[in-house]
Amino acid sequence: MSQSYDRGLIEDFGRWTEFSAGMWAWIFHKFTGWVLVGYLFTHIAVLSTAIQGSEAYNSTIQGLEGLLLVRFLEVGLLAVAVFHILNGVRLLFVDLGLGLESQDRTFYASLVVTGVVVVASIPTFLMGKLA
Amino acid sequence: MSTGITETDDDSTETQTQAVGAARAAGDVYSEMTSEEIEAANEQSRRRTRELVEEADHTVELKVFRFDPEVPEKEEPRFDTFRVPFSKGMTVLDALMWARDQYDSSLTFRHSCRQAVCGSDALFVNGKQRLGCKTQVADLADSGVPETVRIEPLPHAEVVKDLVVDMEHFYDQMESVEPYFQDEDTPDGLEEQYQSRENREKVKMSTRCIWCGACMSSCNIAAGNNDYLGPAAINKAYRFAMDEREGDELTEHRLNIIEQEHGVWRCQTQFSCTEVCPKDIPLTEHIQELKREAVKSNLKFW
Repeated sequence: MSQSYDRGLIEDFGRWTEFSAGMWAWIFHKFTGWVLVGYLFTHIAVLSTAIQGSEAYNSTIQGLEGLLLVRFLEVGLLAVAVFHILNGVRLLFVDLGLGLESQDRTFYASLVVTGVVVVASIPTFLMGKLA
Repeated sequence: MSTGITETDDDSTETQTQAVGAARAAGDVYSEMTSEEIEAANEQSRRRTRELVEEADHTVELKVFRFDPEVPEKEEPRFDTFRVPFSKGMTVLDALMWARDQYDSSLTFRHSCRQAVCGSDALFVNGKQRLGCKTQVADLADSGVPETVRIEPLPHAEVVKDLVVDMEHFYDQMESVEPYFQDEDTPDGLEEQYQSRENREKVKMSTRCIWCGACMSSCNIAAGNNDYLGPAAINKAYRFAMDEREGDELTEHRLNIIEQEHGVWRCQTQFSCTEVCPKDIPLTEHIQELKREAVKSNLKFW
């Protein structure tokens, strides 16, 4: 063998249209996990600027909730969290060796449930009822 | 033409191909032919191929990955297109062989038993790792005959030539789990090592592995981490770790191999391997079971 051809990593994510359920579940789980880690730090950073008293806290929260962008981001955060929880439970069952033959259907189920929860939460979040 | 793969094949092609083969065997016959005669024979053969394709009720277009570092025209990887007459029951391997025999004898791919036992012809067909000999061309379309079939060498392995990949790394990983029975002790009064039916059932699926490398190629983790044992090797380890005929000491030794840093814990349960395995081995299930065994042997509260 004089030389061989290494096609590199391009084919990994260049072929995303051919990914199957388990692969998507893995990608989404990684993605939502990182988003949640990012949120955790932002959460601590922002709220630590509002610990002088109840007034400071309320004005910070109300200021944030007054922004439409923040309310959209909250819907996104809920979606990310719900999917991560549901898929986490799915992975727990996979680790226990239960229901491995229906792993693709449980992934689709967690997607659907996430969708339903997110849609149901839209009135609460977007109308700013939490503020 | 030994396969008789197409129903459109008639005796005349058979004779012609055999004649050319005989001429090659004779060796010096070609040198006696003038270049015009060789060109005429080639043209006749090309015309015959065209006729076969035109006469066929259905044809399928193969898009085949080509690469050969030793031939200047093939140094740059490219796809070649071959139109092949479809016949009922035709597998991807059959189609490839037809293309090789009729269009381009330099088309290179591994195959041997043609019945999904030898594990030589794992290919990347229409974006999925499959055995060429086990994949029906008709199954690649929702209904009828597919328009095109894209055939590439296995991803995440270096291509040696056309559809042939370097399997050395895969074999190294397989050998590293010591895939052979090691206990020589026989129970008292017995000449053989008796295995219970239940235990045989337990390891049954894992013994089916044909070392084709489809799982390893599909695994996203193995792609980015050459130290990872990979699904096939872990499945091999499962086959022996779960075999009750081997003593406790050996079983522990096997668990030590699979629970090393790049053993079972690298598996991220993407199920890619389970989905592509041509022998339907529940690879992810076996890996998960070994993970639990590894935890159990390390945490002894009871």
